[in-house]
Amino acid sequence: MRRLYLLLGLLLLVLLLLPLVLDKYALGIFVMIFFYAYLGQSWNVLTGYTGHISLGHALYVGIGAYVSTFLAQKFGLSPWLGMLAGGLLATAVGLGLGFLGFRFGLRGVYFVILTISCAEIARLAVSHIDAVGSFSGIFLDFNPGFYNFQFRGNVPYYYISLGFMVLGSLAVHLLARSRTGRLMVAIREDEQAALALGVNSFKYSMTAIGISAFMTSLAGTFYANYVYYLSPNSMFGMGLSIDLILRPIIGGLGTVLGPIIGSFVLTPLSEVSRAYFAKGGLEGMHLVLYGVLAILVVLFMRQGILVYIKRALKPLLKLED
Amino acid sequence: MNLALALQLLIQGILLGGIYGLTAVGLSLIFGVMGVINFAHGQMMVMGMYISYWILVLLGLDPYLSLPLAAGAIFILGYVIQSTVVNRILDFPEAMQVLPLVAMGLILENLALLFWGPDHRSPSTALSLAAIPLGSATVDVSRLIAFALAIAFTVALFLFLKKSAIGTRIRAAADNRLGAQLVGIKVDRINNIAFGLGAATTGAAGALLLPLMPVSPHLGHDFTTTAFVVVILGGMGNLLGALVGGLILGVTESLATLVLPATLKQMISFGLLVVIMLIRPQGLFGGRR
Amino acid sequence: MNILSVQDLGKNFGGLTAVKDLSFKLKQGEILALIGPNGAGKTTVFACLSGFLRAEQGQVILEGQSLWGLSPHQICALGLARTFQIVRPFLNISVLDNVMVGAFLRQKSVAKAREAALKVLDFMGLARQAHKEAGGLPLPQRKRLELAKALATGPRVLLLDEVMAGLNPTEVDELIALIRDINRQGVSILLIEHVMRGVMALAQRVLVINYGQLIAQGTPAEVVGNQEVIAAYLGRGLKHA
Ligand SMILES: Nc1ncnc2c1ncn2[C@@H]1O[C@H](COP(=O)(O)OP(=O)(O)OP(=O)(O)O)[C@@H](O)[C@H]1O
Ligand SMILES: [Mg+2]
Repeated sequence: MRRLYLLLGLLLLVLLLLPLVLDKYALGIFVMIFFYAYLGQSWNVLTGYTGHISLGHALYVGIGAYVSTFLAQKFGLSPWLGMLAGGLLATAVGLGLGFLGFRFGLRGVYFVILTISCAEIARLAVSHIDAVGSFSGIFLDFNPGFYNFQFRGNVPYYYISLGFMVLGSLAVHLLARSRTGRLMVAIREDEQAALALGVNSFKYSMTAIGISAFMTSLAGTFYANYVYYLSPNSMFGMGLSIDLILRPIIGGLGTVLGPIIGSFVLTPLSEVSRAYFAKGGLEGMHLVLYGVLAILVVLFMRQGILVYIKRALKPLLKLED
Repeated sequence: MNLALALQLLIQGILLGGIYGLTAVGLSLIFGVMGVINFAHGQMMVMGMYISYWILVLLGLDPYLSLPLAAGAIFILGYVIQSTVVNRILDFPEAMQVLPLVAMGLILENLALLFWGPDHRSPSTALSLAAIPLGSATVDVSRLIAFALAIAFTVALFLFLKKSAIGTRIRAAADNRLGAQLVGIKVDRINNIAFGLGAATTGAAGALLLPLMPVSPHLGHDFTTTAFVVVILGGMGNLLGALVGGLILGVTESLATLVLPATLKQMISFGLLVVIMLIRPQGLFGGRR
Repeated sequence: MNILSVQDLGKNFGGLTAVKDLSFKLKQGEILALIGPNGAGKTTVFACLSGFLRAEQGQVILEGQSLWGLSPHQICALGLARTFQIVRPFLNISVLDNVMVGAFLRQKSVAKAREAALKVLDFMGLARQAHKEAGGLPLPQRKRLELAKALATGPRVLLLDEVMAGLNPTEVDELIALIRDINRQGVSILLIEHVMRGVMALAQRVLVINYGQLIAQGTPAEVVGNQEVIAAYLGRGLKHA
C-alpha cells in the first residue's frame, strides 16, 4: 500500500509540473480530464458507493452553473461564493429528490427514471425563465481576475481543476473508509440485509445524495466560468448526465481511482477523436465509438479497467489484493 | 375557454395518444419479458422515422405503405441488440444494465447524425394536408390513419402474444425465466424475438409519426422519456395499460396547451410521471413487477 | 420473565392467510424453536417480528416496548436481530467488513467496530476468512457469516432462520455448540429449524405451526410424539428428518 501512495504522489508531482511544458490546447485536454474525473467521483458517491443509480446528475451541474452565474451577473457576487450558494441549493434539491425516492421506496429503474425526470423538469423550467436567458442561455462577459473566477490562458484552470480532482478524490477516499461510507456500501450491496443490521438506510442514502449533489454542483460553477456560456441543454441535458457516468463505470465503479483512470482513458480519446472526425466531416462519429467502447467495457471488463491495472502493478506495488 | 378549440385539441390528443401508446407497448413488452428498460427506445423510433423517410425519398413509397419495412428493419435491429448485448447483461447489477442500453441510444442517435445530418427533414406526403371537417373541428387524415394503424398494430401484437405459439412462449418466459428454461424453451431466442417485437412497434410508431412531424437525429431522448411516462402510467409490463396510458398522456398534453405554452407540455408529462411513481408505482392499471 | 411476547399476530398476502392468531412468549435466556412444514408461515413470523413485514393485527412486545410500526433498523437497534433463511452476505466486500456493518450499530468509531467484529469472527471460527471477499465463501461459512453479522449488532434476542439447513452433521454439531455458547452469554434465541437434531439438542420448548396457526407446543420430546404434528408434516411432506 505504501508504494501505491508513493506512486500516486509521484504522479501528482508530475501533474503539478506539467504546465511548464504543455501548450494551451494540451492543457485544455487536461482540464477536461480533471473536470470529468471530479464529476465522476461526485456521482460515484451516490451510485458507485451507495448503489442508487442516478442518470440525471446534470441537474446539479446546472444548478451550480446557473446559480453562481446569476448571482454574479445580478449582484456582482464572486462566483467563489456563488459556488457555495449553488452547492447549498443543489444539496437541498438533491435531498428533496432523495426524500421522494427513498421515502416512497423507488429503487432500481424507478429511481433512474425519477432522476431523469427531475433533471428534465429543471431543464425545461430553466428554458422558460427569462432572468437566466431562457432557451438561449447566458453568455458570460470576460473579466479576468481571481474574484471573477475568470483567467487568461489555461494554466489557472488547470490548477483549479486539478485541485478539484485531487481534493474531491481525497474526500471520497476518506468517506469510503469512514463509518458512514462503509454503511453506504452495505446499502449498495444489499439494502434489506443492511436494514436487518440496524443500518438506517434512509439516513445514509440521504447523506450520500446530499454529498453527491453538493460536490457535483461545484463543478458546474467551474464549468460555467471555463466555457463562458451556459444553456439549458448543455448544463441540464441528458447528454451531460450520460457523459459524466461513463468514466467511473469504465474505470471502476465504487472505487476512488476508477473515475480518475476512466477519465484519463476516455477524455483524451473523446476530445481527440471529436476533433479528428469533425475535420473529416464525420460529426458524431466519436460518440458512436464512445458508445461502442462503453458497451464493450461493460460486457468484457465488468469491474472496469482499474482491476486490470492493479493486477498488472501488483508485483511492483506489493498490493495485498 | 374556447370550446371548439378544446374539442380540436381533444381529438388531436387522442390521435397522437395512439402513437404514444404503440411505442410504449414496445417498451412495456421489453420490460415485462427481460426486466430491463430500453433506454434506446426513442432512438429506435427515430430510426424508424428515418428509414421510412429514406424509402419515401428514394422509392417514393408512402410511409403508410413502407411501414412493414420500417418495422421489419427495426425488428432486426432489436433482435441483434438483444442477442449481442442484452442477453449477456440480464444477470448484471442494475447500474451495469443501464449503461449498455444508454450507450446504444448514443450510438443510434449519432449514426443518424452521420447518415442524415443535423437538419430537420419533413417530407410532404400525398395526405399531409388533407383534412376531414367534423362539426366545428377538423381531423387531419394523416393523423387519423396513423391512429388507426397504431391501434391495429397494437391489437395485432396482442393477438400474436395471446394466440401464437411463439407468443405463448414469450409470455411463459416473462412469467418465469427459469421455469420456461426447464420446460425446454430456448429463452435466449425468445428474448431476441421479444426485444425485436418491442423494437418493431417503436419503429412502426416512428414511421407513423413521420408524416406528422419533421425528423431530426436528436428527437430520441424526448421519445424515450414520453414512452417512460406512458409505461409508468399504465404499469410496467402491462401492455393494455400502455395503450390506455398513451391515450391519457396524449390528451393531457394536448389539452395542457390551452393554458400553457406548447414547449412546457413536456413538463406536464414529467410532473405526471413523478406523481404517478410516488403514489401508484404499479401504474394506474397494475404492473408486472 | 418474558423478553419477547407476541399476541394474536396475523398476516395475509392478498387472499392467503400466512399467519393467524399466533401468540407465544420467549422467556429471558430461553431457546425456543419454531417448527412446521414448508410454507407454514415461519419465515413470515420472523419478518413481522423484525419489521420487514407489517402485520395486519397483533402486538409484539420486546422488553416492555411495543414494536408496532417500527422499521427494521429501529427494531434491530432495540436489540432484536434476525438472520435470513437465504443468507444475504454483502458479496463484494470482505468478511470482516461484513461483520463491521453489524458492529457499527453499537460502535461509532471504525477502530472499535473492527475490534468488535474481529472478536465475533474469532468466536464464530471465521478469523482466517476475515480478509477474504464474502462472495468467495462456501455455503457453510456463509451461514456462519450470516450469524456473525447478526451477533455483531449486540442483540438481546436473536431470530435464527434455518441456519443449519444444508450443513453436514459435523457442521451442524459445531453450530449447535456455538448457538449454545451465544445463549449462555445471555442472548435469548428463537430459531426456525427443519434439522430436528438441532431442535432436540438446543430447544427448551418447541412451537409447531401449520397454515400460520399454532397447533402444538411443549418440550421437544412431547412435540415429536404429538399426533397432530405428525399429521401436519405427513400431509405436506417432510423435508428432512
Ligand atoms: N411476500 C409474499 N407474498 C405472497 N405470499 C408469500 C410471501 N411470502 C410468503 N408467502 C406465502 O406465505 C406462506 C408462508 O410462507 P413462509 O415463507 O413464511 O413459510 P415457511 O414456513 O418459512 O416455509 P419454509 O419452511 O419453506 O421456509 C407460503 O404459502 C408462501 O408462499
Ligand atoms: Mg422459511
